[in-house]
Amino acid sequence: MKFSERWLRTFVNPACSSEELAHILTMAGLEVESVTPVAPFFDNVVVAEIVSIQKHANADRLNVCLVDVGEASETCLQIVCGAQNVAVGMKTACALAGARLPELNIRKSKVRGIESFGMLCSAKELGLADEAEGLLDLPHEAQVGIDFREYYALDDRIFTLKLTPNRADCLGMYGVAREIAAITDTGFVLSDIVPVKDEIVDQVAIHVDQPAACPLYCGRVVRSVALDVPTPIWVTRCLERSGLRPVNPVVDVINYVMLETGQPMHAFDLDCIGSEAERALYVRYAQAQESLQLLNGEDLSLRENMLVIADANKPLALAGIMGGRESGVEQAKTIDIFLESAYFSPSVINGKSFELGFTSDSAHRFERGVDFSMTRHALERATAMIIDICGGKVGPVTELKHDLPQRDVVEVRLRRIEKILGVDLGIDLVSSYLRRLQFNFLVKEDVFCVTPPAYRFDLAIEEDFIEELARIHGYDQIPACLPKARMYMLPEPETGSTSIAQIRQIMTTRDYQEVINYAFVDKDWESDFSRNASPVALKNPIASHMSVMRSSLFGGLISNLQFNLNRKQSRVRIYEIGRCFLNEGSIRKEVEYVAGLCSGSALPEQWDVPEHDADFFDVKMDVETLLRSKHVRFEPAVHPALHPGKSAQILVNQRPSGWLGELHPRWLNKYHLPRTAVLFELRIDALAAETLPVMRVLSKYPPVRRDIAIVVDNDVSVHGLLEAMYAAKSAVISEIALFDLYSGEKLEPGKKSLAFRILLQDIEKTLTDQEIDLAVTSLVDVLGQKFGVTLRH
Amino acid sequence: MNNLENLVSAAISLFDEMNNIADLEQAKARYLGRDGEITALLKGLKELAPAERPVMGERINQAKRMLEEALVRRRGYLQEKAMAARLAEESLDVTLPGRGMGMGGIHPVTRTMMRIESLFHSIGFATATGPEIETDFFNFTALNIAENHPARAMHDTFYVDDNRLLRTHTSPVQIHYMQNHKPPIKIIAPGRVYRCDSDVTHTPMFHQVEGLWIDEDVNFAALKGVLAEFMQNFFERSDLQVRFRPSFFPFTEPSAEMDIACVMCNGKGCRVCSDTGWLEVLGCGMVHPNVMKHVGLDSEENVGFAFGLGVERLTMLRYGVNDLRLFFENDLRFLKQFN
Repeated sequence: MKFSERWLRTFVNPACSSEELAHILTMAGLEVESVTPVAPFFDNVVVAEIVSIQKHANADRLNVCLVDVGEASETCLQIVCGAQNVAVGMKTACALAGARLPELNIRKSKVRGIESFGMLCSAKELGLADEAEGLLDLPHEAQVGIDFREYYALDDRIFTLKLTPNRADCLGMYGVAREIAAITDTGFVLSDIVPVKDEIVDQVAIHVDQPAACPLYCGRVVRSVALDVPTPIWVTRCLERSGLRPVNPVVDVINYVMLETGQPMHAFDLDCIGSEAERALYVRYAQAQESLQLLNGEDLSLRENMLVIADANKPLALAGIMGGRESGVEQAKTIDIFLESAYFSPSVINGKSFELGFTSDSAHRFERGVDFSMTRHALERATAMIIDICGGKVGPVTELKHDLPQRDVVEVRLRRIEKILGVDLGIDLVSSYLRRLQFNFLVKEDVFCVTPPAYRFDLAIEEDFIEELARIHGYDQIPACLPKARMYMLPEPETGSTSIAQIRQIMTTRDYQEVINYAFVDKDWESDFSRNASPVALKNPIASHMSVMRSSLFGGLISNLQFNLNRKQSRVRIYEIGRCFLNEGSIRKEVEYVAGLCSGSALPEQWDVPEHDADFFDVKMDVETLLRSKHVRFEPAVHPALHPGKSAQILVNQRPSGWLGELHPRWLNKYHLPRTAVLFELRIDALAAETLPVMRVLSKYPPVRRDIAIVVDNDVSVHGLLEAMYAAKSAVISEIALFDLYSGEKLEPGKKSLAFRILLQDIEKTLTDQEIDLAVTSLVDVLGQKFGVTLRH
Repeated sequence: MNNLENLVSAAISLFDEMNNIADLEQAKARYLGRDGEITALLKGLKELAPAERPVMGERINQAKRMLEEALVRRRGYLQEKAMAARLAEESLDVTLPGRGMGMGGIHPVTRTMMRIESLFHSIGFATATGPEIETDFFNFTALNIAENHPARAMHDTFYVDDNRLLRTHTSPVQIHYMQNHKPPIKIIAPGRVYRCDSDVTHTPMFHQVEGLWIDEDVNFAALKGVLAEFMQNFFERSDLQVRFRPSFFPFTEPSAEMDIACVMCNGKGCRVCSDTGWLEVLGCGMVHPNVMKHVGLDSEENVGFAFGLGVERLTMLRYGVNDLRLFFENDLRFLKQFN
């Protein structure tokens, strides 16, 4: 809602500055988005009339004008002017010598040898428009000599309100004025309306087929309306300052009355309603196959949920939203009009803007709720203005009234006010606030029985009124208190759930930078990196490359790699924690993952440390750190994003829980990556601890270490060997771990040598050499039997 | 007897000439070793007359002690000298950088989110979560946003199908939580939310933290108190001015918009606050009775407040980030500034 402050102050005029008024409105919930002056500062500009014009002797494009500036000069002023539209008898704005304009100061000067005592102005030179063609052409009635700022009412500001959807009542000056009157406790006046007496009997028969959709319909005929007269400047000024463009006097009046009262109206060309023999209008829903060309030029195929105003044959207007082009009022053809002022139920208009893809001032108001107590009043107001401006003969008002919205009495309890707000307002204060709000109420002990006014569609329950009271009291007058409340300790489970903070800590200390990517991704990523043909898709994606929900975090990380490599980052180590969306048949699941990507040097480039690119095993250590103390297996397996020979599925407690591997070389080309990367992805829930640590008794006897080196075929997995050894080991062996790997010239082709460290320890005694040898030998035997390994010496 | 004094002084000066521990030990052997001169003297005692033995014995032992003292002194000196020499040799350029693994960091939005969580945890708010793909019921209906309600137009919603959508706010977590817990309820719900909007000041995905507190005495004054306290602690400015303005949210009544004095210009007016001196940071209000009804709570009995704040906005204000889009570009040069 945008309006002129001067206009507003004709209804309510509190003793405060524009800035104070803006602050008061904002703090009462009508947020003032901006307050802008309608014109920049200038002075010494008056309304002038051009008396005579002569060609400049020394310049083809210049004229020398004699200009009447009224009392500012006893004689006409000689002014040199270059504008093309200059004409004798024209009224325009004249800056006198000494005038200060937004971009220049005016002095008496000589233009090509001829004296000039001022300047005739365009809208641009006065800062009223960005562009202008020629001088301001003022209406003939403009009085010569008066100050132009006063004539144009330029000492004014435009208020722009950012209204919340519940405050439809403030979509008109009456509402805003009423609100200011309540907040500032000042009086306000509405426009004085004297109903015009009807002189003719002509009527349009109104048939409301849908009384629930249109509980109130008022209309009347006005004949012989002169549309070729100018709309008075006080009307167009208000329209323009509210952001509306003047069209013709009838449309301008209708718009003016809408801005004033909040009641949208419509004017039909009477000739387009049926025929001379039968003028009738029907308020009904559209039928299939019907169409209508709207005032905005759009050809609309009507749907059966759209309410229309139709004559006997066809729809003429989309009720409460927009009129039809054909039946509209146009200067070129219209002589007689039919004025409509109606109340359409919000539920009929709601959602239509969204369906249609456009909105209108009318729809904006009707879908939020229009003051139905103002419907007839607005019609009278518009009639009076039209007669005043355009002349014409008025017919009687037709009014069809059905069940209008009920305004039920709401009980507002003093105790409840205190319970909700935390402050006891008391009977007197509450009564005075309700009075200022002009709500009807009765007091029964400590209960107020309040009836909401017609124009408030947002007041239905006790809390709604409590908000009203709080607004008028002032939110800033309610104290800010920390409440007294019972204390509860928050549970802190150590098992069964994963601490995301802990994962972040691990990833941070292992040199990973966290990233956050959009959860919607390119469809290609889903098929490339997850071979997911049926991702969760959005019906209305914001862009084609963000059309499906990710089922893996890989795509985002790979695009981050590409982005950063393009910015000359040689080492990229990133991770993300986020939801993935899985489409498993009819069941959609959201699973939280942590995923990481490493590309480039394993360690930051530094002195005295040989550089090597992070490989599978570097990243595996990071994964193992996340999964510490869990039973984890890495099984060779194929994943669409990963190199088939360098990828593993991660099983935690036998359950598939993630992947680790090098990016498949085929994606390097497709995604323009100059360098490869190692990636991993893990379900967050797999990281949860299942049991608490339980202490084992420490041995008092020294541990013994024995190393064994074995030679096996290349395809024997270390995991298999360890598993076999652990399964067969004697109780005195506390740890078996690989500490060296060799494959090369000294071995037969296809073989590798592995060295294991074996730690032995007994709780109760020092182990003898014999016991130690026995335990180690039994391990070697198992490996010999199962894998055919030989000891290497 | 001068012999013994001469011997002592000769030994001491010999010790003092020795320049390393090994030589010193050899020199010691010459006097105090098995065949050393002092040892020989002690052995010779038994050849003296019994009456002379104690006197002589005492004198030799005294000499022996003097030599031992000299030895300890010289040994200490030599050890110190050796240590000094070693240290001189071993000194490092301590200004060389440390070696090994680097250190990563968390995303600035996460940093803010953790900060918000920890402040609310400190007064007993628990963290709750909910799905990001929501149903129409949880995202709108249960929050008193009826179908066709103009408030729905304020949310540019991404739809998955006719009934399912990407949550447009974290408020549906309130509903899930209230369905499964009895008051008192005291939670925050941080998370990602989605709106079909993208320009300089909007990204289609962003983060919110929702808050809900239902308990006795949790009224509008409490809402003002808790949220003011939060903002002051978040920005570490105990004098931070805040204000509450009436606003409209279908799921709260009364509703309020919370502003803080611009933290960039201290309320004087600047580009960030559009010269108003105030920054809109959060929407809040008392839980609407219809929301209580939707989850089966008696709205007469149960009163509480709810709020929702934008994490990106607070991050931008706290760390001076001037472009929202930077958060999701994931440029390492940007991200590493917050480590």
